[in-house]
Formats: sequence, C-alpha cells, structure tokens
Amino acid sequence: MSTDKQLFTVSVYTENNIGLLNRISAIFQRRHINIESLNTSPSEIESVSRFTIVVNMTEDNMKKIIGQIEKQVEVIKAFYHTEEEIIYQESCIFKMKSGLLFDEREIQNIIKESNARIVTVNRDFFVIEKSGRKEEIELLYRELSAFGIMQFTRSGRIAVSKEEMKISTMLEAFQA
Amino acid sequence: MKETQTIQNKKESTTTAVRISGSEAVVRCLLEEGVKVLYGYPGGAIMPVYDELYKYQDKIHHVLARHEQCAAHAAQGYARISGEVGVAIATSGPGATNLITGIADAQIDSTPLVCITGQVASHLLGSDAFQETDIVGISTPVTKWNCQITKASDIPEVLAKAFYIAKSGRPGPVLIDITKDAQFEEFDFAYKKCKGVRSYNPIPKTEKSSLEAAAKLINAAKKPLVVWGQGVILSEAEEAFKAVIEKAGIPSAWTILGASAIPTSHPLNIGMVGMHGNYAPNVLTNECDLLIAIGMRFDDRVTGNLATYAKQAKVIHFEIDPAEINKNVKADVAVLGDAKASLEAILPLINKNTHAEWHQKFKDLYAVEYEKVIKNDLHPTKEGLTMGEVLNQINIQSKGEAAIVSDVGQHQMIACRYAEFNQTKSNITSGGLGTMGFGLPAAIGAKMARPEREVVSISGDGGYQMTIQELGTIFQQKAAVKVVVLNNDFLGMVRQWQQLFFDKRYASTEMVNPNFVAIAEGYYIRARKVTKREELAEAVAEMMASKEAYFLEVCVEKEDNVFPMIPTGASVSDIRLE
Repeated sequence: MSTDKQLFTVSVYTENNIGLLNRISAIFQRRHINIESLNTSPSEIESVSRFTIVVNMTEDNMKKIIGQIEKQVEVIKAFYHTEEEIIYQESCIFKMKSGLLFDEREIQNIIKESNARIVTVNRDFFVIEKSGRKEEIELLYRELSAFGIMQFTRSGRIAVSKEEMKISTMLEAFQA
Repeated sequence: MKETQTIQNKKESTTTAVRISGSEAVVRCLLEEGVKVLYGYPGGAIMPVYDELYKYQDKIHHVLARHEQCAAHAAQGYARISGEVGVAIATSGPGATNLITGIADAQIDSTPLVCITGQVASHLLGSDAFQETDIVGISTPVTKWNCQITKASDIPEVLAKAFYIAKSGRPGPVLIDITKDAQFEEFDFAYKKCKGVRSYNPIPKTEKSSLEAAAKLINAAKKPLVVWGQGVILSEAEEAFKAVIEKAGIPSAWTILGASAIPTSHPLNIGMVGMHGNYAPNVLTNECDLLIAIGMRFDDRVTGNLATYAKQAKVIHFEIDPAEINKNVKADVAVLGDAKASLEAILPLINKNTHAEWHQKFKDLYAVEYEKVIKNDLHPTKEGLTMGEVLNQINIQSKGEAAIVSDVGQHQMIACRYAEFNQTKSNITSGGLGTMGFGLPAAIGAKMARPEREVVSISGDGGYQMTIQELGTIFQQKAAVKVVVLNNDFLGMVRQWQQLFFDKRYASTEMVNPNFVAIAEGYYIRARKVTKREELAEAVAEMMASKEAYFLEVCVEKEDNVFPMIPTGASVSDIRLE
C-alpha cells in the first residue's frame, strides 16, 4: 500500500556546489519530514556528488519529494529505493576502557562473532569499528553497553542500488 | 565556483577578452543580456557596481526605488508584462533582505527575475561584519537558483547562467550575491551566453503517447472543461491554445494568473475558477467528465477541498514542471513539456466539436450569478459606490486595452473578475503569495517596460499604504501610471472573513486613513477623490485621458463583500452566491 509509511533510501546525483545541501534539506524540513540519515560523498563519476538520504514516509509522498529534489537546478537525478532494492551499510565506532579487554573475556567473543574489529588499543581505551546493517549495529550496541561505552557514534547509511541508475548516459546526452 | 563549471554549462561566445573590474563586468553582462532597465537601491556593498551604472547610464537605465522590496516588485511587473527577465539590485544586509518578499512572490508566481546583491568583502564573510547577512542561505527556499561570487572571474559565467535559469523552463527568480572585493578585482572579461546546464532540464520531453492518450480522452468527452493558468502566457501559447479550444469547442476557465491569455469576450471564455471565481466554472468542475488543466498547478484557492474536487472527471494535465504532476490532483494523463509545443502537437489529433448542450449549462449558471451578484456589482442601485462599478468604468474608458495591475484583497478579486482584456499579459497581480503592496511598484515596472500601453494600478487602502512611497519613484521617473485606490477604510478581505467566520469581531481591520489626495499631490501627482456615483464616469475619463501619472481615490461602500465565495475547506460546487 502506497499510503503506508516505509523506509526509503534516496540517492541524489548532483553537481558539487556549496549550498545544495541546504536546498535539499529544506525540501524535507519545509514539509516536516524527519531525515533518518544523510550522507554526502563523491560518486562513481568525476565531479559528481552523491547524497544518500534515508526517510520514513508513504510512497505517494516519496514521489512528490523526488519531484521537488529533481527540480533543483544542480540536481542531476534523484532515485528512491525500498530496502529490498538496495545493498546498504552503516558504520559505527565504540570507544571503551582498555581494562575490559583483559577483565571481560566475553568482549573478545562479541567482537569476533559480530564481525567487528579493533581499530586501536592503548593504555586507557580501545576502539571497535563495525560496519553492517542497522540491526546488527544495534545488537552490538546492546551487547557492549553492559560493559560501559565511553563513546559511541554511528554513520549515516550508504547504499548502492541493485538496478542501474544510468547517470553517465544522462551526462553524455547533455554533452552531445 | 568550481573549475568543473566549464564542462557543466554550454556556452556561446559573444565577446573577446578585455581587462576590467568585476563591477564593470556586472554591468557589461547585463548589457549582453539585453537589459535596458533595472530597479534598485544603492548602499555600501554594491557601490562599485553603482559607480559603473553611472558610467554606463546612456546604455542602461537604473530606477531608484524607494524601498528594495519595491525594486523587486517593479522588476516583476516589468517581467510579467514583457515576458523578459526583470532585474533588481540591492546592497548587502537589509538591502538584500528587503528583496526577499519580491523574490518569494516571483518564485511562487513563476516570474523570471535576476536579483543582484552586494556582499561584504570575502575575508569578512561569517564575521558578523557591518551589513553582513547570509542572503544566499536566506534566499535558498525562495529562489529557483542562487549563488555567491567571491572571485571577479566567475562573474560572466554565473550571470549568464542566472539569466538562462531565470527565463528557461518554468521561470523563476535567481539571486546572485557578489562580495565587494570581487567587484573591485580586475580580470580578463569575455562573455558567453549560457545555452544549457547539464544538471538542469528546463523542458521535459513530450511523449507522443501522452498526446495521443490526451486526444483520445478529449475526443470521447461529452462534458469537457479546460482550466488554464499562467503557463499558457509564459510559453506564449495563446494562439495554439485558442486553436485547440475552438476546434474542440471546450468551455474554458482561467486561474487568476491565466487571465488575459485569450480575450474576455471570447465565447469560450467562461470566467475565473477558484475562491472568488465565477459560479458556472466552479460548480461545473464537479460535473464535467473531463478536466483539462493547462499550465496551472491546482492551487488550494483554485480547488477548494481536494477530497471533493472533480472526483467524477478524468484529468489531463499539460505541465512543464514534472513536480506539479500528481502533486495536488492526480492526472489520468500527464502531458509534460512546453504548453505551446504540446498544444500545437495535439491540435491535429482532436476532433471538431461544439458541445452546445454543455455550453448551455454555463450560460444558465452565468444568468444566476448575473442576477445575484454581477448586476449589483457593476450596476448598483444602492447609494454607496461599489468596486465593481469602478472597474466597469475603467473597462469602458480603456476599451479593454489597459494592463490592470492589482494589489491583494477584495479589490483584487473584483479587478480580476470584472476587468476586460483584449491583450495577453495584461493581468498583473500577486497570485500565489498574495503580497499586499505589490500593485503600485509592479505597475511602475509594467509601465516602463511597455510605455505605449495604458497601465492602471488598482489597490485597496490597506495594500496601497504598504508601498505608498513609490509615488516618489513615479514622480522621479515620470512614469505615467494611473493609480486607483478603492478606499473602504477597511482591510476589506480580512474584514469580510471576520464578518462571515469570526462573528463580526473586526480585530484591527478598520483603517483611519490619511488624505490620499494630499499625499499624491505632495509628490506632484495630479489627484482626485470621488465619493459620488455622478462623478465617477467623468473622473475615470479624466484619469484615462491624462498623459501623466494620475491618482484617483474612490470611496466605496465600507462593508461590501466579494461574492461568489468558496469558504475555506468547502467544495468548489458549494460556492456561495451570498
């Protein structure tokens, strides 16, 4: 049902210009839509940026928002995808007390089983990094929180679509 | 700006390089774009550009407004009557923020504007310097595009892009903010007009299948209704539009910004839709079997309650902006593209028809509206003057050739309902934003763009006083604008709502007004006040005969209401006649 809210991952290919982030976030803000996560990065095409935005909304509204995003002059193309249509990852980092590594043997098992890795260890603290789906990261958070987390942060989602998005073809068509 | 800019835009070289300052480059860019008039107000951060405007004053005419908001509105009036890009210029800080109302108005009414603002020197950006404001941030939601320039060498390319974006596709306002150091900096200037921006597709491709599907629906319809908007005027599709509705014999109604695209007297022109529109097209919107929307966006003032809007009808939407498709009303067939091209392409696909029976329904309902509303508005028998009879006199004197520039409120609805138009681009008003104070400055811009045309500004006593200082601009520019104020000593539209929906609690809507004639005369503008019906025709005749600016105040009935009216949240077919 297109009237039910669901998670969509929006991919926006844009020129790399100052102020465009403002323009795009304003589209959501004006309609009182909360952005679950937002990531900007270079794309597979030189000089083209890519936004990855996760929102929870109805498909009808999603289509309208895509129209508003594409209307922006410096947006090349915007797409939206459901969870099934993409491969996605998030990343997180935990900072924890070094003593735990020696006192709590279970931590080593948690790190191993969750496919996380230790980035660095020093006298006072060590850092765990984990990439994966949101649920995996949440599970790891719950498991580690029992031992006391000094700092935690999680990145926005990054995603690639299973289907082709054909941006290069569009840009070549302009040059022609 | 990035180095990559060069591969993002298509350009056409028109000049060879010369070494000049950024500020001179700004003026030369304007000349390259064919700008003859611009509206603005000087100040610290834009002074280098003004210095160049002084040097180039034989080639480009700068009009000193009395407030930056009015510079923007004048540029809008210029653009709306001419179809060209309007240009406004202001300094940083308050100069720039004062433009915002005009920019927001241009954005929602799709008016091509290029606004240039000065900015503090680039090394001061973000330091809360004197008259520093983040105008690019502030203007982002109300511009089609905006950009800050900190290097003189970016000026030609960015300004070329600004004009291209403002005018192409669905037009809109663009703001370019230029730091003071970039204005002083010298560089090798060469101008290339912008021919395309790779991330921007101004006119979406029209699918042949959509035209065929639309023609099929039109040919099968028994009770078709066209509602057209400003898109017809913006794409200069008037002739193509007329050819289509005449061939298919479709009754056609307009939105407030669509008015004047075809003459008022055209037999297929059945009036205005929306909150204070005509009775027949509103009621029959909920009876037609096919609604053909052309270059309009189903604004809430047009549709009333969407849940009960044309639910029985199939909908065809001719539209240049893909974001408008299915935004408010679901289209069974969307014809994307430029209105003119689409209408020309569909003409051979549609069958000749007359729909005589269906037309009769409009005539019958018009008769009801005439009896209940129009007759009393245009030919009142009661003592007090009505706004409608003033419009009637203007129609008689102008023979439908005047451009009517209205402000916002009751008089605006009356002007749009009753003004007669023989020429396109003649109804200039603030539709989407509803900006009180728009009328007078927009009329100045309109008159300067088309000095050969009669331009009549019609305002209420409320909106008039929001930008009344522009009488100074009229005087200084010798702009022969005819200024009519329909004075009811009230903020009439709000008062009407208070009467109808707030039990007559007239909170802050009564106006204690000044001597308007004396104010106009203070600006050396010929002025007259009319309080009696016997004087009206002669006073309007005198105003229209004047070769110079003329101010006419007409004291109208204080508590008249505008009808018909669709109350907020009601269905178009529940339109009230009283």
